[in-house]
Amino acid sequence: MIKLNAKWASYPYIVWMILFTVLPLLLIIYFAFTDRTGAFTFDNIEQAAAYLPTLVKSIYLAAIATVICLVFAYPFAYAMSRLSFSRQKMMTMLVMLPMWMNFLLRTYAWQALLEDNGVINSLLTSIGLSPLKLINTSGAVVLGMVYNYIPYMILPLYSVMTKIDKSLVEAAGDLGAGFFATFRRVVLPLSMPGIISGTTMVFVPAVSTFVISGMLGGAENYLIGDLIEAQFLGNSYDLNCGSATSLLLMVVVLITMAIFNRLDSEDAEEALL
Amino acid sequence: MDQNTKIIELRNISKSFNGEQVLKGINLDIHDKEFITLLGPSGCGKTTTLRIIGGFVTPDAGDVCFLGEKINSLPPYKRKVNTVFQKYALFPHLDVFENVAFGLRLVKTPEKEIVSRVREMLALVNLSGFEARSVDLLSGGQQQRVAIARALVNNPKVLLLDEPLGALDLKLRKEMQFELKKIQQRLGITFVYVTHDQEEALTMSDTVVVMNGGIIQQIGTPQDIYNEPVNAFTASFIGESNIVPGIMHADYLVEFEGRNYECVDMGFDKDEPVEVVVRPEDIEITPASAEFLCGTVTAVTFKGVHYEMLVECLGKTWRVHSTDFSPVGSEIGLRITPEDIHIMHRSPESSQTASDSEEGGEEN
Ligand SMILES: Nc1ncnc2c1ncn2[C@@H]1O[C@H](COP(=O)(O)OP(=O)(O)OP(=O)(O)O)[C@@H](O)[C@H]1O
Ligand SMILES: [Mg+2]
Repeated sequence: MIKLNAKWASYPYIVWMILFTVLPLLLIIYFAFTDRTGAFTFDNIEQAAAYLPTLVKSIYLAAIATVICLVFAYPFAYAMSRLSFSRQKMMTMLVMLPMWMNFLLRTYAWQALLEDNGVINSLLTSIGLSPLKLINTSGAVVLGMVYNYIPYMILPLYSVMTKIDKSLVEAAGDLGAGFFATFRRVVLPLSMPGIISGTTMVFVPAVSTFVISGMLGGAENYLIGDLIEAQFLGNSYDLNCGSATSLLLMVVVLITMAIFNRLDSEDAEEALL
Repeated sequence: MDQNTKIIELRNISKSFNGEQVLKGINLDIHDKEFITLLGPSGCGKTTTLRIIGGFVTPDAGDVCFLGEKINSLPPYKRKVNTVFQKYALFPHLDVFENVAFGLRLVKTPEKEIVSRVREMLALVNLSGFEARSVDLLSGGQQQRVAIARALVNNPKVLLLDEPLGALDLKLRKEMQFELKKIQQRLGITFVYVTHDQEEALTMSDTVVVMNGGIIQQIGTPQDIYNEPVNAFTASFIGESNIVPGIMHADYLVEFEGRNYECVDMGFDKDEPVEVVVRPEDIEITPASAEFLCGTVTAVTFKGVHYEMLVECLGKTWRVHSTDFSPVGSEIGLRITPEDIHIMHRSPESSQTASDSEEGGEEN
């Protein structure tokens, strides 16, 4: 009998990683530190640093979207985890339902809803109200992010919460903890891993999006993702500068994630409250 | 407050789950400083009763009173009762110290007092020095002790324990039985203890409450329960018994297995059909003679202190415990004295024995 070696089993994925993650990363680093002739330079990084306000705005909008996702998803996931098994399965399906639809299509749908003479404004004018400025606002971008990414917040939260033993909640009550004390001292710390992974899974794609900002945000909500897209594919084509911007974004994302993960260890609950 | 103060009263408690009635009119007084045990087969409603006292389950009908005050709708966190859960339910994100300190922190106890009281409790349960341990790294018995310390540190008036020793091996179980009893006596706290182990119930309790099918069968001291079972269920659930039908001809005179026996029971109707209970250890073995019920030994098992013999008499198998050995096949007489005979009314319910209800209790 052949003994299946765990080391061997992981090789295909390692090869995949090297080909499609490590190699492109090295390429990005190479392009970021060279000019068109291939000579070493810091110019690209300097140029990317000039985009800092755009990066800050991206982080700002992504952070708002992440917080909104967390605020809505947390109680929802908690309630969901306390349902009967068959209902839980049904709710999981409902949460994942939008994910079966194409991402672009979903965002187009929001565009159609929010446009100056879109569905919402048509409704408003038809009942005699003045139309609202909805499309091409930061609010629309945040809405798009929340709508598209909230399942990625709900699912990890739900999965940790189903693992919180009901008897722990009862034990807290038994020892004198009311609803809020039980939440703060038992449910919240035990669901911290779900908060961390949900936050990461929403924040990271939100901070680098260009589809949502491009379609719902207009010119005023030009985000770092749009910038990188333009540098690689669009009118301001500059491979080297685009790489430097990507690198900058990646460093910022890594730092953010590191901070989150530190939160998870030690006094997680105090840090959050 | 003294031993006669009723600390908890259950009045006519009923509870159904999904249309199935689990508790059928429970009436129970729990006195101060009492060690009271709910004993009964699986599914008879022990945990449900305990959870009603703890506030985790609301009864459909009836009242729960704490020191005379109705507390039906009082949430668990407001009750002066603490629970040791069957599966311990220790907080996995807290170490031993913080688990025990949990209740004290909620009421904003000064840090110095928390430290001293937690230390004191850990010493009480023999876990000094384990303060900084993660609860996941403790053995079952140690986790059990943490759960006990965590409940006791809050100075509850009543401690509820749901099969706290169920997961421990026999030796540890015996040790913990002894320690729990010691702790209870030392702190003078009322313990409401749930078990389905009759030996545990008899050795630890001041009062035993025998339950079956959501009904309290008997409440009494371990001696009462053992020596004077009120019905066949209690008799067969507590210890081993020989139960045979009989007829009460008059006060102090019962007939069973075709013989008249003198007994110590009275107050039955003339010629009332009854159940006769005789404990295996009460039967004395004698040489076969016309004076006694006689039979053939069909099996002998060595049980350590005594032999257990199955004796076939008139088509019925009697269980006899004796230090005297009679080989298989030998003819012996069974001597049964008046004090050994326990007479019980025969009712539709009491004719059901423990073993019947354990196997078939789910259907009815
Ligand atoms: N939350 C609940 N929902 C539905 N049925 C329940 C619930 N809790 C208990 N029951 C049912 O009530 C009956 C009594 O349960 P209970 O837990 O009180 O029994 P028990 O005497 O503690 O048994 P065991 O010795 O097995 O723990 C069982 O038939 C059980 O299935
Ligand atoms: Mg139980």
